[in-house]
Amino acid sequence: MPTFWLVVLLLALSAAGFYLGRSRALRTAGGDARDLHSLPSYYGYHVALAAFVPAIAVLAVWLLAQPLIIENRVSNLIPAEAVPENTTIGLVMSDVRRVAEGLDLAVEQGLLTRREARDAAGGQDLRALMGEVGVALGSDVRPEVLSAAQSYRNLSHTGKTAMTVVVALLALGGFVWAYGRTHKDFRARNVVERGVLALLILAASLAALTTVGIVLSMLFETKNFFGLHSWTDFFFGSTWAPNFRGGSDLSILPLLWGTLYISFIALLVAVPVGLFAAIYLSEYASGTVRSFAKPLLEILAGIPTIVYGLFALLTVGPALANLFAKGGLLGVEWMAGATSVLTAGLVMGVMLIPFVSSLSDDIINAVPQALRDGSLGLGATKSETVRQVVMPAALPGIVGAVLLAASRAIGETMIVVMGAGAIAKFSANPLESMTTITTRIVSQLTGDTDFASPETLVAFALGLTLFVLTLGLNVLALYIVRKYREQYE
Amino acid sequence: MTDLSQSPAGAAPRKHGGSLLQQTPRTRKRNAAEARFRGYGIAAITAGLVMLLVLVTTIVSKGTGAFQQTFVTLNVELLESKLDKKGNRNIEDIKKVTTFGYAPIIKGAMEATVEELGIETSLKAKELAGVLSKDVAAQLRDYVIANPDQIGQTVEFRFLASSRVDGYLKGRVTRDSIVNDKNISAEQLDLVDALAAAGVLEKTFNLDFITGADASDARPEAAGIGVSMLGSLFMMFVVLALALPIGVAASIYLEEFAPQNWLTDMIEVNISNLAAVPSIVFGILGLAVFINYMHLPTSAPLVGGLVLTLMTLPTIIISTRASLKSVPPSIRDAALGVGASKMQAVFHHVLPLAAPGILTGTIIGLAQALGETAPLLLIGMVGFIASNAPETIADGLLAPNSAMPAQIYEWAKRADPAFYERAWGGIIILLLFLVTMNTLAVILRRRFERRW
Repeated sequence: MPTFWLVVLLLALSAAGFYLGRSRALRTAGGDARDLHSLPSYYGYHVALAAFVPAIAVLAVWLLAQPLIIENRVSNLIPAEAVPENTTIGLVMSDVRRVAEGLDLAVEQGLLTRREARDAAGGQDLRALMGEVGVALGSDVRPEVLSAAQSYRNLSHTGKTAMTVVVALLALGGFVWAYGRTHKDFRARNVVERGVLALLILAASLAALTTVGIVLSMLFETKNFFGLHSWTDFFFGSTWAPNFRGGSDLSILPLLWGTLYISFIALLVAVPVGLFAAIYLSEYASGTVRSFAKPLLEILAGIPTIVYGLFALLTVGPALANLFAKGGLLGVEWMAGATSVLTAGLVMGVMLIPFVSSLSDDIINAVPQALRDGSLGLGATKSETVRQVVMPAALPGIVGAVLLAASRAIGETMIVVMGAGAIAKFSANPLESMTTITTRIVSQLTGDTDFASPETLVAFALGLTLFVLTLGLNVLALYIVRKYREQYE
Repeated sequence: MTDLSQSPAGAAPRKHGGSLLQQTPRTRKRNAAEARFRGYGIAAITAGLVMLLVLVTTIVSKGTGAFQQTFVTLNVELLESKLDKKGNRNIEDIKKVTTFGYAPIIKGAMEATVEELGIETSLKAKELAGVLSKDVAAQLRDYVIANPDQIGQTVEFRFLASSRVDGYLKGRVTRDSIVNDKNISAEQLDLVDALAAAGVLEKTFNLDFITGADASDARPEAAGIGVSMLGSLFMMFVVLALALPIGVAASIYLEEFAPQNWLTDMIEVNISNLAAVPSIVFGILGLAVFINYMHLPTSAPLVGGLVLTLMTLPTIIISTRASLKSVPPSIRDAALGVGASKMQAVFHHVLPLAAPGILTGTIIGLAQALGETAPLLLIGMVGFIASNAPETIADGLLAPNSAMPAQIYEWAKRADPAFYERAWGGIIILLLFLVTMNTLAVILRRRFERRW
């Protein structure tokens, strides 16, 4: 793990820099800290930061950029005619990577010497060798692939060495430069504070970068997907039938239907229960009831979704099957198995109850007391006040809360993975099992993923759709809350 | 306003008539509506609480079984003729005996015990050994390889019973339910009853569930959650080491230094939106960036930790900003007044005062991350058997492992109902962790929170 040791080296260098910088500053001041411009430790920080920060930044950028550059150069090496019909350059590249990885492993395990790995010839032997080290290849290694793999290995090796040298030199350079500048009149605090501020800004932009990363990574793969699969089928087709041998129907519509149906049932459970619970807690309940019921309800929100998923799979599903399936208590045969839209919807509804109730509770509490007093003073009963005065005033907020709950429901994964089933279809029967966007993302991306097949890449298109959908709902919710919120003094 | 006090001449009699003492039908209707409305509220609260109660009782009633396991105590004669034919105690020769070679020894031990206890049974030796777990041979072999000098002696062992036998003692398996079961017969259950009466077979607390590793499909009785607990632990280390410094630094910048401009606005909007992104999207990001692009190892807790860091960051940033905001400006003013720089005021005064709030937010964020499953499915932390505890820290971060919620999901997917008990048991442990962390957060808040 050379990168790990490189980081350890940087840390050690900067720790040494701290002590050396501080003691040098004190020495120039003749051991009297009062003669220094800044506190002694700032001189130490100055050297430590100069040795560490630029080096680690370069290391991070290098680690990110190197794969991209190598990938690019190597894929240029593969002649166009070496890419067989029906496949893409991406597929060949994944072969190249696998061969390179296999050669590395073989060297590591001592099956090949470095020289042998460099001169290895293609054919049957190599494939058998790869199998021995645990790299399964679909076919014999073709010469183009092998030579590309060799240059891939060469480039990565050179890159790694160059990285180590550059980073170490940079760290040493920073160290020497900062150490040289250390003098009792040097304004170390100002420099260090500017550096720290830059680091703070960097940390703050990381959050923004995450979003950029999410969008970019999904956009790239979605673009690849639409290169392999028609977008009209994805958005307007009517069947979801992935087939790993190719020729799949990959349409989002049946998945979207399942997602929306389950979310609808969840909201059907969560909104009335949550809303009435919020109304009762804020308008009727005594202080003791409130202080006891509110935290208890909020426990429901802190339970991990895997627990709800298990509850759906092992408790609610079988209970519903006991009622509605063949040989059940009602004597009907409406359900084929334990997984259904209703199973997932009910459990997800329970999960969303505290979400709706605590959001609505805040909103109802924000309605000024004067409105209630006015209504009660005119002779309205409490429920009339709530329905005709408090609710209209709180409505935008409550709509916002419901939209936020809907966005949670659409993005929820574990409950639907375990409770909803895997059949993509359009059906209005809530007792049938259906599937959702999140479930399909999980099933397309777990196990062996091949980033060159539309069956895997479709998950990124689904993920992007999901991201846009939930983000849109959130933005809409915030917009409604802001735009229609009554401003009370 | 005087005319209001006079009733208009010739006014129609009051529509509803009646006196104050007697309710009109309309008042009765309104009061009934009021009572109904109140009833809906009570019903909603009750429904929520009942759900909680059902959930908790289900978890407890189904999960506690996982903490107990049926064991059979046997005296096993480690026959030299089977284990070390050459008799030279060469460890390489002993290792050549596979677990199949141990089967006759186990059969023999069962036969001897049954005979010794005087239990009448028509079962053959193979069926006698069938009440034991398939794990027993491996357990015996490990023991012999570790203690080759014990060969030829009789040693007392505590063996796992098979999951069917275990289920029988826990009431999950009944004599009716095994009619078509190939793995166990009614006669074997008779034997189990007799062994239990003799005290050879008993149900005791099972520490291996808490500390052990996952086991293959055929041996639910040997499966434990310990190794995946370590996986979760390593992930939490990564989350803590990355999310706390980055989150606090970002919050300090946004709260104390950031100028009001479009860039700051954009970052703020980004963070609040990031908090609402479905967790599975973070999994997709992790798969695309960390695994597919950066070629980090699949199933590694390091990757899981990185993904969960991105997920936890918004939570930590939001709570850190709230606690920085709650430190009154007079503290900053006083520090600046005695000559501190802005950076010193923040790092020496504001940050320590905000620390309890930051810590509380971090613990809550970690608790969320600990229970998160969906992104872990995508980066491959399910679908294999995490059988070995990591030996070094680098191994703990980079070797494939599972995490507690992922392990629970894995068990829930398997076909044998004995694994469901494990899944519920795993949930009890997971929830215990979460309850502890949240209680800690509440205590910290109560103990150190300052009202200014």
